[in-house]
Amino acid sequence: MSDTPADLRYTKTHEWVRVLPDGLVEIGITDHAQHALGDLVFVEVPEMGRKVGARDPLAVVESVKAASDVYSPLAGTVAAANSALASEPERINHEPYGGGWIARLRPDDAGTVASLLTASDYGKLLEAEGE
Amino acid sequence: MAFIPHTPEDVAEMLAAIGVTSIEQLFDEIPASVRAGELSGVPEAMSEMEIGKLMMQRAGADGLPLSFIGAGAYEHHIPAAVWAIATRGEFYSAYTPYQAEASQGTLQTIYEFQTMIASLTGMAVANASLYDGASAFAEALLMAVRIHRKSSSLKILVPRAVHPHYRDAARAITSQQGLKLEELAYDPQSGRTPLEALQAHEGADISALAIQQPNFFGVLEDADALSDWARSRGMPVIAIVNPTSLALLRPPGEWRGAADIVVGEGQPLGVPLSSGGPYFGFMASRMEHVRQMPGRIVGRTLDVANEPGFTLTLQAREQHIRRGRATSNICTNQGLMVTAATVYLSLMGPRGLERVAAACHARTRELHGALCRIEGVRAAFTGPYFHECVLQLDRPVAPVLDALAARDILGGFDLTPYYPELGHALLACATETKTSADIRTLASALRDALQAQHAA
Amino acid sequence: MPARAEKLIFEYSRPGRGATDQWPREFGAPLDIPAELARRAPPLLPEVSELEVVRHFTRLSQLNFSIDTHFYPLGSCTMKYNPKACNAFAMLPPLLARHPLAPLSHSQGVLACLHELQEMLKAVTGMQAVSLTPMAGAQGEFAGVAMIRAYHRSRGDLARKEIIVPEAAHGTNPATATMCGCIVKEIPVGADGDVDLAALEAAVGPATAGIMLTNPSTLGVFERRILEVAEVVHAAGGLLYYDGANLNAILGKVRPADMGFDVIHMNLHKTFSTPHGGGGPGAGAVGVSKRLEPFLPVPIVGKEGERYRWLTERDRPQSIGRLSGFMGNAGVLLRAYIYMRMLGREGMRQVAEHATLNANYLLARLARAGFEPAYPARRASHELIVTLKRMARELEVTAMDFAKRLLDYGFHAPTTYFPLLVPECLLIEPTETESKQALDAFVDAMIAIGSEARADPERVRSAPHSTVVRRLDDVRAAKQLDLGWKQGAAS
Repeated sequence: MSDTPADLRYTKTHEWVRVLPDGLVEIGITDHAQHALGDLVFVEVPEMGRKVGARDPLAVVESVKAASDVYSPLAGTVAAANSALASEPERINHEPYGGGWIARLRPDDAGTVASLLTASDYGKLLEAEGE
Repeated sequence: MAFIPHTPEDVAEMLAAIGVTSIEQLFDEIPASVRAGELSGVPEAMSEMEIGKLMMQRAGADGLPLSFIGAGAYEHHIPAAVWAIATRGEFYSAYTPYQAEASQGTLQTIYEFQTMIASLTGMAVANASLYDGASAFAEALLMAVRIHRKSSSLKILVPRAVHPHYRDAARAITSQQGLKLEELAYDPQSGRTPLEALQAHEGADISALAIQQPNFFGVLEDADALSDWARSRGMPVIAIVNPTSLALLRPPGEWRGAADIVVGEGQPLGVPLSSGGPYFGFMASRMEHVRQMPGRIVGRTLDVANEPGFTLTLQAREQHIRRGRATSNICTNQGLMVTAATVYLSLMGPRGLERVAAACHARTRELHGALCRIEGVRAAFTGPYFHECVLQLDRPVAPVLDALAARDILGGFDLTPYYPELGHALLACATETKTSADIRTLASALRDALQAQHAA
Repeated sequence: MPARAEKLIFEYSRPGRGATDQWPREFGAPLDIPAELARRAPPLLPEVSELEVVRHFTRLSQLNFSIDTHFYPLGSCTMKYNPKACNAFAMLPPLLARHPLAPLSHSQGVLACLHELQEMLKAVTGMQAVSLTPMAGAQGEFAGVAMIRAYHRSRGDLARKEIIVPEAAHGTNPATATMCGCIVKEIPVGADGDVDLAALEAAVGPATAGIMLTNPSTLGVFERRILEVAEVVHAAGGLLYYDGANLNAILGKVRPADMGFDVIHMNLHKTFSTPHGGGGPGAGAVGVSKRLEPFLPVPIVGKEGERYRWLTERDRPQSIGRLSGFMGNAGVLLRAYIYMRMLGREGMRQVAEHATLNANYLLARLARAGFEPAYPARRASHELIVTLKRMARELEVTAMDFAKRLLDYGFHAPTTYFPLLVPECLLIEPTETESKQALDAFVDAMIAIGSEARADPERVRSAPHSTVVRRLDDVRAAKQLDLGWKQGAAS
């Protein structure tokens, strides 16, 4: 059973989104995703200033078992990336919603966050996938 | 027959255990309409004695001519120990080392190989090999495009002085993903690729530059100038090199525009010519590109008891995990050839390899001198060369080579179909396996061939 | 087998040492190499004696499991005996010494062997034409998909870019499709192991270039409705690609062409017993039906009267091109040729019959011993799958643990965790060259480990115990990259 904090938003591709007080959105991968991947060995975070569209590949996370693209939940510009992941990729495994955040975006349209999945929607999706 | 050990008693017991009365029953899920009849296109079985005789006959038909052909595959002395070791059953009949505990022999050999190739090429890291030099070149182009994200042209600058088969294979393999090879002319005087050829592309969006050193003509390029041009414009540099030559030549990792990716044909390192394969392609790169390198890589790590050991690593990039988004579809490396090469390099060491390279260079200079003294033969290029040279004849090359072949001498490789602008041109190579007497034999036969026929 | 670790070859180095008998004589002549192109410092290569080299690599070899030393039932790899004759005759000195660009006057012997190999491969597959050049199964796949695309393009059918792949397929299949600029469309497999026909019908259309299948499938069972699958795909205008990885199951019994396949790649290092060599070299010859013949990769061996010659792009202007520097892995092809000549037409059939007999025998004995077959209602092909998911759930002993413990019993483990569809699976392929006694010993070991898993699960979970290293840290290997020895580094 994985953890799905109620105050965040989610995508079908297992990313989560947190709206920060300064208007930026913080993005990471869910507990379900980190568990499926196993111990992470490498994370490629996006560079500052990169513009991404919704569902564009934003980052890459790699474990011994699998390498996966992390997709941007919405369109925006990369404002920050978690540089600690370079030396400690395992942060994503231990704190997927906290210290394991991957990037922060300045969204083109903050309103699009509301169209993402709620915690309850995401929970149903996981059930359907047979978690 | 067919190396099958079953006795009729074995078969009977096994059928009983399965609960069927015949082997045919085990195929009962297969629709009758697709069952094959008699395989008339396959001859009757042969015993080992019979096939041995046939193979001796076939081998005898091709003989052991005196050969001066290079053109990407080189005749070198291979110490007997190399294949005595490589054909040991434990190496020969082992599988890919996926179960690390059962494969430390293979894995450690590959780790040692990676170390040697990285050092030879002057790069930070090497992989466990690819199929051959030409396909490794194709993989290098795909890798360069992956690493040069600021470029979107998918256009690679490739000198015409790069091996024609490499350019063809690269086109066949990479065009499927939209890459375009843009050729750079060589200077007909020196045989080198001039900086002017690059300058024509100033300001254009180019994904990478490839440089072959020595080039297909055997000529030494001004690698510093060419690589520097590319690097200072943010373009990845792909180097194609001859591994023997690296004992004498500055490696691509130390060019003024240090290479990003280095590939080449590993055959000269203890692998016999054997009609073109199996060979192996080596690939090395800067550390920052390691996750974009295709193929297998061996890493050293610790086991549960803190003992050092070797394992395949960075497999997440490979086909069996990444599937549709893999760096390549490559599955096999050339494990057996890599084993042979590692043994060869261990026997040669730095000084032995230098001796081999120096001997090849010296013999080719001797060859060059001896042949150019013949009337009707002249050197095509003025540039310095490593162990091959291009000669121009006063008449078509093919009949001359035929006349030599009739005397069991293979005088070189006819360049006419590939570089018609060079006229009647021949690429000849003399390695450490050739003696002065051999060179005199070739020179004398060539003189006869040129005197016997009148100029076309 | 000694299980003592062996130092790195570099650690034997002593400055000034060398296998000098192997070096050419020193040349007095100066080098005509410009100073700026000359190497400054020698490369890092060991300075050791010949005996040290021989001892080092011999000891390393003894750390390997191999077919010559161990039963090696790796599913989908076909680890059959590699006859010594194949190696011995392929290594006759003139065959080893022949330059790839030698003239035809000095090539008729080799070309005769290769031409006859082409003909035999056509006969066993039912295909109309063969190219021997792809250097591995994956390159054969690349050639196959590239030919399918070339065929559609030649007919102006530019929209056909989708390749359908069953979800149980080997990873090279979708990777190859991507390398050829295609889009991969996965379709599900039914609970009985056959492709879901309804899903296939929904998936095909005007964008379908083709489907990649192997038969028997990666699930170790025969695709019973293959003729219907072929119908559906052909009717939609697509072509059928056969992944020949499992050809050993049907050699001499069924020809892929008769099942409706348009193009096939063969793994000569599996079915035709060329050496696995610790990871290669392989050879992935491709066979095609008449309509794909113009697109075959070059060069191909042609015969005119009694003379053989190479057919190149000049002869085949629509070829997808060359895939290698020369003509592929000739030495491997010669080994396959020798093997096929020794088998003869009778032998081909016997291979499939005894490979299938061995797999079904293992299936019966393992099922009786309490192991759970993945497809209990189906015949095994040349390989079978058991799932250890119950054991994993109840005893927390996984397929990985089982595989490691088998090493202690002197068996190389079967393939684990492939196909991905079957949880905690072991894919077991005995091949036809193993005796009933070898199979019985393997089953006994499986039974013993099964008992251990109940009585002393920790012993299985912490296996292997007898190998030179145990349970290497993969995570550390990928995070703290150590991909080559550095001079001055601690060992």
